[in-house]
Amino acid sequence: MPTDVENWKSEVYGNEIRDHLLEFAEQGWDSIPEDEHDEWFERFKWWGLYHQRNGQESYFMMRIGTPNGVLTPGQTEVVAEVADEYARGPADNPIFGDGYVDWTTRQSIQLHWIKLEDIPEIFDKLESVGLSTQQACGDSWRNIVGCPVAGKDKHEHVDALPVAMELNEEYKGNEDHSNLPRKWKVSVTGCREGCGQGDINDLALEPATKEIDGDEVKGFNIRVGGGLSRNEPRLARDIDVFVTPEQAPEVSGAISALFRDNGDRENRYNARIKFLMDEWGPEKFRNVLQEEYVDYELETAGEDLRSEYSYNSGYANGGHSDHVGIHEQPDGNYYVGLDVLVGRMGVDDTKELARVADEYGSGEVRVTQRQNVIITDVPEEKLDALKSEDLLEHYSPDPHPFMRGSVACTGTEFCSLSIVETKNRQVRYARWLKENVELPEGVEDFHIHLSGCTASCAQPQIADVSLRGMKTRKDGEPVEALDIGLGGGLGENPNFADWVAQRIPVDEVPGAIENLLANFEDEREGDETFREFVERTDEEALADLVEPEETSYEDPMMHNTKMTWYPYADDDSMDASPAPTDGEGNSLQADD
Amino acid sequence: MAVALRILDDGAWISVNDHREVSVSELWRFVDPTFCACTLPDMVVENFIEVGVDGRTVEVRVYGQCIACGEKSTTEWLPVGRIVDGEFRDIDRESVLAPTGVTEHQE
Ligand code: HEM
Ligand code: SF4
Ligand SMILES: [Zn+2]
Repeated sequence: MPTDVENWKSEVYGNEIRDHLLEFAEQGWDSIPEDEHDEWFERFKWWGLYHQRNGQESYFMMRIGTPNGVLTPGQTEVVAEVADEYARGPADNPIFGDGYVDWTTRQSIQLHWIKLEDIPEIFDKLESVGLSTQQACGDSWRNIVGCPVAGKDKHEHVDALPVAMELNEEYKGNEDHSNLPRKWKVSVTGCREGCGQGDINDLALEPATKEIDGDEVKGFNIRVGGGLSRNEPRLARDIDVFVTPEQAPEVSGAISALFRDNGDRENRYNARIKFLMDEWGPEKFRNVLQEEYVDYELETAGEDLRSEYSYNSGYANGGHSDHVGIHEQPDGNYYVGLDVLVGRMGVDDTKELARVADEYGSGEVRVTQRQNVIITDVPEEKLDALKSEDLLEHYSPDPHPFMRGSVACTGTEFCSLSIVETKNRQVRYARWLKENVELPEGVEDFHIHLSGCTASCAQPQIADVSLRGMKTRKDGEPVEALDIGLGGGLGENPNFADWVAQRIPVDEVPGAIENLLANFEDEREGDETFREFVERTDEEALADLVEPEETSYEDPMMHNTKMTWYPYADDDSMDASPAPTDGEGNSLQADD
Repeated sequence: MAVALRILDDGAWISVNDHREVSVSELWRFVDPTFCACTLPDMVVENFIEVGVDGRTVEVRVYGQCIACGEKSTTEWLPVGRIVDGEFRDIDRESVLAPTGVTEHQE
């Protein structure tokens, strides 16, 4: 039997949702029939709107898709203005204040506390500069990711940006591909370092070279079926297909059509293409693709560059790695990658970012999969002045490793799936670690990723230290806790973390990381990296290296933050929630 | 009137008549020797798997982990609330939940 969601999708889905959305916005929150909330909120996702968690009814998270993470000149300023005007909630965040922009691990943008009534105006503003929320969530082609410096990287194999943009043009709003069984995450990379993170996407185009009729042709190998969610992480599988940049849109569409027709629509847990790949295997997948979805004879895979991949690899093999810092472009200008701690930037800082990018560079800003931003096209003679801007003091091109390595998802602040508080906690962890823990000699990269649940939005399974939300009891009281994983990373031999220590109370995690690093230093051979060390150590021994301990770190959010309407409100109890509110933010009388 | 029971957002919460009523991340205790070896499993709710109603009792099966022993598993049907005059009323989920019989209506 098809699921409720499938039934709703068969009634209204895709582009047409927009008219309904605008109509509801016009008439106000109350105009959404009470008994149709679930179906409309499911549909609104397709237009980038995610209803926030309970206690925050009538407020939405809005996701703006920026293909390949590129914000063209003028767009960053509009994002900042929209956040300033519309993304201010009924309570402040103690670290980030009121009004902020989240740069996400899929090179998109998220705003919170958006009111339904403001959506038409927001859409107008975003669309006036070519930004869109279309298909940012929902069962369709999501924001396409890739190497954030595509076209600006001195060593890239092919410039994949035009391919990513073409796919975006072709498959955003395309009626044939707008109702898929589940989300469809695509990565297109042309660089030599693997920073498109294709391995964890549903569809990955990765740089390759193929000899065709005696010519060396540059293009992409295709992998399918990666993803991290639901305790079932999968690496994308090699389906033995090479495409030229010209063939890429057709074949990508063919694969999405195969998914549309064959993915499981009866069970959403089983709907992602990774599960179809489990069932079929790459060989059958290729056969069905060739026989039923592609008109020409597919090439077999070409020679790839995977042995060179450095991104999130944890190996000391150079490269532009996380894109933070100052790097020369092929045109002689520079790009300057700035570290944004846990990806969140206040509204005023975002305005500054837009100004600085405009004044020193071309005005373009790019978002990375490590939640950071890059200012591109800066002439050499302007670098010194750029470096002395205040903005770069807070968002450094040369950050401390604990700052640089931090990635965190949304968590209990806004997300329905979450089990623990995340972003603010990761900020507290990073600051405490920076103050209190010495990194072993020469360790400049140390990635700590914190996800609030198994959906894995912060991509914890591919970090040096993987943290995932859990609960435990401490002195009999329920407290927030984290599982700690080790051994994750991409690169030539991608591997997901093993969860070696479980349910560590959140106030003992910084101590656990401190002890882990001390143990690493003791047992380290030569100048091996943390990942190399972990790889040669067996799982049991690893578990012993994590010694959770209370330290001077104190956690103000030990209690069940999910039980609050907003964890940082003065009165945080559910009953104190102002939600739902009307278009002016005034509380509406609850009807029950 | 029929009650609309749904699991939404990847098993994140239970919706009753289009209201979010029960959410993941709660800690539940219940007696079930098949769930884990503990006399009283103490389980973090990670995903709702099924929801149904038995008479007036709203019941769910969930995937979760016992924080006492670490076992991960799916529960039998557990009661989470009652329908009174067409509306959902929480039952006290912080005390021990009593597994009930077979549910009649399944989603
Ligand atoms: C309101 C907050 C959010 C909700 C409700 C939400 C929902 C989800 C869900 C349901 C999944 C798992 C889906 C599946 O079965 O594959 C997921 C995964 C993911 N989401 Fe989110 N998300 C939220 C915020 C974010 C944020 C802030 C980011 C980026 C920083 C993000 C990026 C991702 C990524 C990268 C994954 C991993 C999926 C994979 O690789 O399989 N999400 N999210
Ligand atoms: S990992 Fe879980 S808690 Fe974090 S944003 Fe994603 S769905 Fe929410
Ligand atoms: Zn790259």
